Amino acid sequence: MAKSRNWIANLDWITILIYVLMIFLGWINIYAAVYTEDQPGLIDFSLRHGKQLIWIMAAILIAFIILLIETKFYYYFAYVFYSIFIIILFVVIFIARDINGANAWLEIGSFRIQPGEFAKFATALAMARLMSTYNFDISDRKDLLKVMVIMFLPVVLIIMQNDLGSALVYFSLLIVLYRYGFPGWILLLGIFFVGLFVASFKISTLTLTFFVIFLASVLSAINFRRVTEVSIALGVFTLVLILSWVMIKLVDIKIELYYLVALSFVFSSIIYGYWIYSKKLGFVLLMLGFVFMSLIFLFSVEYIFNNIMGEHQQNRILVLLGEKDDPKGIEYNVNQSKIAIGSGGLTGKGFLQGTQTKYKFVPEQSTDFIFCTVGEEWGFLGTTSVILLFIALFWRLLVMAERQKTPFSMLYGYGVTGIIFFHFAINIGMTIDLAPVVGIPLPFFSYGGSSLWSFTILLFIFIKLDSSRQNIL
Amino acid sequence: MNEYANRYYVVISAIVFVAIIFIIRLFSIQALDPSYKATAESNSTRVVIEFPTRGLIFTRDSALMVENKSSFDLMVIPENVTAFDTSYFIEILQLDSIQFIKEFIKAKKRSYIPAMVYKEIPDSIITKFQELQWMFPGFYLQTRALRHYPLSSAAHILGYIGEVDKNMIEKDAYYKQGDYIGITGIEKTYEVLLRGKKGRKLYLVDAKNRIRGSYKDGEMDETAISGKNIVLSIDSRLQTFGEQLMANKRGSIVAIEPSTGEILCLISSPAYDPNLLVGKNIASNYTQLRNDEANLLFNRAVMAQYPPGSTFKLVNALIGLQENVITTHSHFTCAGGYNVGSFHLGCHHNGSIEFYYSIQGSCNAYYCHVFDRILRNKEFQTIGESYTEWRNYVMQFGLGKRLGTDLAQELRGYIPEASHFDKYYGKDKWTPLRLISMSIGQGELGFSPLQMVNMTAAIANRGYYYTPHLIKNIEDLDTIPSKFKQKHTIDIDSAYFEEIIKGMEMVMKAGTAANAYVQGLDICGKTGTAENPHGKDHSIFVAFAPKDNPKIAISVYIENAGFGSTFAAPLASLLIEKYLRDSISVHQWETMLLNTSINYKTK
Repeated sequence: MAKSRNWIANLDWITILIYVLMIFLGWINIYAAVYTEDQPGLIDFSLRHGKQLIWIMAAILIAFIILLIETKFYYYFAYVFYSIFIIILFVVIFIARDINGANAWLEIGSFRIQPGEFAKFATALAMARLMSTYNFDISDRKDLLKVMVIMFLPVVLIIMQNDLGSALVYFSLLIVLYRYGFPGWILLLGIFFVGLFVASFKISTLTLTFFVIFLASVLSAINFRRVTEVSIALGVFTLVLILSWVMIKLVDIKIELYYLVALSFVFSSIIYGYWIYSKKLGFVLLMLGFVFMSLIFLFSVEYIFNNIMGEHQQNRILVLLGEKDDPKGIEYNVNQSKIAIGSGGLTGKGFLQGTQTKYKFVPEQSTDFIFCTVGEEWGFLGTTSVILLFIALFWRLLVMAERQKTPFSMLYGYGVTGIIFFHFAINIGMTIDLAPVVGIPLPFFSYGGSSLWSFTILLFIFIKLDSSRQNIL
Repeated sequence: MNEYANRYYVVISAIVFVAIIFIIRLFSIQALDPSYKATAESNSTRVVIEFPTRGLIFTRDSALMVENKSSFDLMVIPENVTAFDTSYFIEILQLDSIQFIKEFIKAKKRSYIPAMVYKEIPDSIITKFQELQWMFPGFYLQTRALRHYPLSSAAHILGYIGEVDKNMIEKDAYYKQGDYIGITGIEKTYEVLLRGKKGRKLYLVDAKNRIRGSYKDGEMDETAISGKNIVLSIDSRLQTFGEQLMANKRGSIVAIEPSTGEILCLISSPAYDPNLLVGKNIASNYTQLRNDEANLLFNRAVMAQYPPGSTFKLVNALIGLQENVITTHSHFTCAGGYNVGSFHLGCHHNGSIEFYYSIQGSCNAYYCHVFDRILRNKEFQTIGESYTEWRNYVMQFGLGKRLGTDLAQELRGYIPEASHFDKYYGKDKWTPLRLISMSIGQGELGFSPLQMVNMTAAIANRGYYYTPHLIKNIEDLDTIPSKFKQKHTIDIDSAYFEEIIKGMEMVMKAGTAANAYVQGLDICGKTGTAENPHGKDHSIFVAFAPKDNPKIAISVYIENAGFGSTFAAPLASLLIEKYLRDSISVHQWETMLLNTSINYKTK
């Protein structure tokens, strides 16, 4: 009994308060988004705000149950949860009906849930469990592979459900690896390749090739203070490039210019090879490796996009990157979203007074674009308050994570933060045209049972873990 | 793992960094950039224009001349349309299927917005459609007001309305594409009164452009103000009777109430039914009217330049008396005409002609002498000066200048300046003989029938006139433009007018128009017969009645009908009697005129 009183006293009430505040504000804004003058009923279970009220009550119940369950349960059942959701995700691919282009929904009667949402907490738990085993070593390739498999298995399955947005969320779990001690530069390299991928659709490959070579040269020149050697290397490359260009002109072969650049680089690296051997300049090897990887990456992206992907998949990527208008009008959504938010001004138009909201100018406003309602009816003050509320939550979560005594709780806490932050950044970013429109909800605000419950579970497991941080597992 | 504890700070910094970017971005679109507010406003408000009803037009005898008749246009809201039997639909509404399908496809492009697919469904089909409307959801009829002219008369006075053109839209911001505007006639002159003022209502609309409520509770709405009804000075009986009598003849009749300048009838023949220039057939009908050989759209009453013929002798007599070059006792010899040297201008009298008889018998020679004396007046140094003096008198009668009536297409007529002759003969190197035909209203003179009746009214008034006008009253304002209440006085003693009028009285009693005498009406008149190069003479007659306190002045001009006494004089008498007694006594004149049709050579 003493123990149970202990965990109640140790609950992080600030986080719970923030949670309650968020779902309350979320509901208010869903009500405003659904509101029309003809249907003013505050509680109407046939409409979204009414349904959301049911989801909220159920969420509170779920939170209670989570808090009542023993902490050890989450540790020992982490893999079980994970396995169950992997199986469900796999099954959904085959049985789910197409809804808005994705086959991501499991239907039980009139009830629909999105397993991809729930798989997040299971994945975070499984990762934390694996990484907290005492002989786990991130620098051991086998261990790293295990973590990567746990992390990216759901991604593959969810992509197969055609729900790219939800799949991307899992990348946020890299934050767990980072905190664990995974080298930062590898993550930076990952970010670099994501950037290169996006850029390859917007900038010509030739330009990117030159950019990569330039970047590698500058970085190595700065990092190793070998400006002369780097200049010589670049000079050799340029010479080879010019020579091969003249040769090609003479022989009159039709070849893509960037292939020429890549081939020149390969050829000149033979000369570097000899140089490296004679002068033992390790950094040149590093630079060559970086450029080679980039070139191979660019080549693969182009090859896979043009020769392997179907037109449908190509379109999805182009639309996602804003390179193509899609038939459902993503550009229209973003435009209307900005108009709604922008027209709110400093203090907003007032509750239920937003014309863009009331008259449904923004599609999906109660789900993915709920932030527009905040922006239009509550203005800059409202949007800033919501952002500050999220910052408060992240701060709380990180503080809680850092005070954990077990790596399991701590790593899970980082996972929770990463997932919620990714949703926050992408969702708000897309409503103000700073991020691509991937249909992912704003945690605790957006309409929808699956999303509300999955975030509740995610958060409250951590609150429960935190509450018993005194007990050593 | 604890050796990486500082990574906590990296993570929290990254989070705060993103949050700061969001806040800056939000500040810029919400607080700094006002364009989103404007876009949101135009996104969600729709302006609906309310069209006022155009003012009605009545005659002085309270007959309705112009009214608004509703026509029904077929409208559609494509999103509400369900599958329907197109061929049956086209059949019951008697639509032109190609046109209907073309418009329907166009409408479907903006499926939430009501669009017109067919103009002016005939009245006979309306009830049938309304019974069957349930079969065709999405389709409905919308009323639109069209002008209608119950009397089918006075087309030249009323003019017509049509859609505004680009020029007009640029000139006056009130008009928008598709608006109607008066294009000619009274519809044009009193456009601003008749049209009223458009209203507008602001509505809030949703993303699908459906109306959801009024904007700011109607605070910015403006109600439409109906156009003012106006009363014209036209007498419907005179107008329609005159038009009947002028059937199959070309020419013009204009009558005026001398004491006010109000136009009682204004007829230009041939005329057309004003209902032709209404609605969807306006373009094709207009082309047909314009291309007609008889020049149907030409308003002879105010645009023609006819020689006044002998009616002009009245003016010359008055000027002669005023200038003291003749008196009422002056006699001149007529020897079957006016002879100077080898020059001969024919007449039909013999011997010495006295003043009153010169009017009664319309002696050409007498007025050649009068005009000769006017131009040789010792008061003036040169013929140029005396001619200019004479011309000024003529123009005081409103001849040869725009009267400023309320029909915009009015022309000024023609009376040459002295410089005109200087140019031909050299400065003051011309003699009265050169322009002697002007003494009898021939030669280089050209006046409109309106100017001739105005001259007659000035004589009836013994020396003054009011600008002839059609407007009699404007609803609510209870007044007419002040320029029509301004008296124009002629610098000739009223006593001289009395002398002239004595002659005009004799014209009817025992003179050239004795055949058109009506017992008890006290008509004073003057015939005219104008030679013209296009065939038979024009038949002209001007008159007023009664002699004291005249109620009506009239000019009748019938092209190529011969002597003034034959057709024009009886016609004037019929109309004067009709106006003064509301009946006619000499029915054979009516029969004669109705049965006369003059053949005009086609070129």
